[in-house]
Amino acid sequence: MVPIVARVRRRRRDGPGVWTLDLRSDEGAVRPAAPGQFNMLTVFGVGEVPISVSGDPGDGDRLLHTVRAVGPVSAALADLRPGSAVGVRGPFGIGWPVGAMAGRDILLVAGGLGLAPLRPALYRLLADRDRFGTLTLIYGARSPDDILFRREFQSWRRKPGLDVQVTVDHATDAWDAHVGVVTTLIPRATFDPSRATALVCGPEVMMRFAVNGLRNAGVDEAAIFLSMERNMKCAVGLCGHCQFGTVMICRDGPVFSYDRIGAMLGRKEL
Amino acid sequence: MEGLERFIGEHPFFAGLDAGYRQIVSGCTANVRFEPGQYLFHEGEDADRFFLLRHGRVALEIEVPGRGALTFQTVSEGEVVGVSWLIPPYRWAYDARALDLVRAIAMDAACLRGKCDADPTLGYDMMKRFLPILVDRLQATRMQIMDVYGASD
Repeated sequence: MVPIVARVRRRRRDGPGVWTLDLRSDEGAVRPAAPGQFNMLTVFGVGEVPISVSGDPGDGDRLLHTVRAVGPVSAALADLRPGSAVGVRGPFGIGWPVGAMAGRDILLVAGGLGLAPLRPALYRLLADRDRFGTLTLIYGARSPDDILFRREFQSWRRKPGLDVQVTVDHATDAWDAHVGVVTTLIPRATFDPSRATALVCGPEVMMRFAVNGLRNAGVDEAAIFLSMERNMKCAVGLCGHCQFGTVMICRDGPVFSYDRIGAMLGRKEL
Repeated sequence: MEGLERFIGEHPFFAGLDAGYRQIVSGCTANVRFEPGQYLFHEGEDADRFFLLRHGRVALEIEVPGRGALTFQTVSEGEVVGVSWLIPPYRWAYDARALDLVRAIAMDAACLRGKCDADPTLGYDMMKRFLPILVDRLQATRMQIMDVYGASD
């Protein structure tokens, strides 16, 4: 529960107001995180926030977190310069079930900043590509300028065995690719719904629409996984801030199968 | 005509259509192609056709004064372009521009409406095929309006 101190090794702008911090611990290696897990990051004197790991779990002791400046703590995090100290607690939670997806067709459906928590899963899937069936990354962004990890998309498009589909809600003149909400790309993906697993991450409204699209395509509810976001504070299921019906997002999630939490999604009381 | 009937049978929009109806519907069709940049139709024109895309992509656009043409959706192979032919006064509400070489089946709207009026079972079948497209587009529009990914500035 006590944070270790890490320092910002590098920071990179990965979108408007979005920065990826490359952290290195002063106190030895940080604990490796599984894809989909998160750390509690502290900006000393400002506060602590949960941020998903966005780097490759197989990439040594590098710890990458991608942050959008939306509140005081995330804004302070995004503004940290190389050498600045950051408190790190974690990793916490249950991530994407990458180990259980062998032999299946895989769809990664991301919206906006939701690509960051999915990126570690994509790295693992690509590292072990032969163990899986078709692999499709479907990504929706607000506009072409808002596309996350823009440079990396170029290399992903060249990867054999990875189908990359990108759409934007609002196009500009220079954009000649797909326009429309992210769910419109689901019917274009090549997969066998009877043996498909979908990992979905983005704003909750987008995930609800995406789930509908996946169910319409025949994907089983138990094979659709969502990464949920709530007000996580203690990160170990004690404080109750992130309670979502019968589950604690920090302890029991943040990744859940749809058949477990679907009935609670969209309920105002939760 | 035989080729068009086969295209209709292969297009997802008409999946499962009764063979007899497929023959009736194919009487209202023509094979068309559009070069990249060519318009399928313009806002305000008579919506006298709709298109089943067989190849290529089409941008649906609205001209905004001072901002040029804004694309709000792209439609591609296996999808349908045009719903304004369903409802009076049968006028297009936006522009449709080919982004690539587009091959499509053009359906004569007046012809198809006539056949649907003459055989309400066919009309009901058509309605069931078009309603999901309309509902999907309505929901997509809601999601775009909600701007769920947040402002970039």
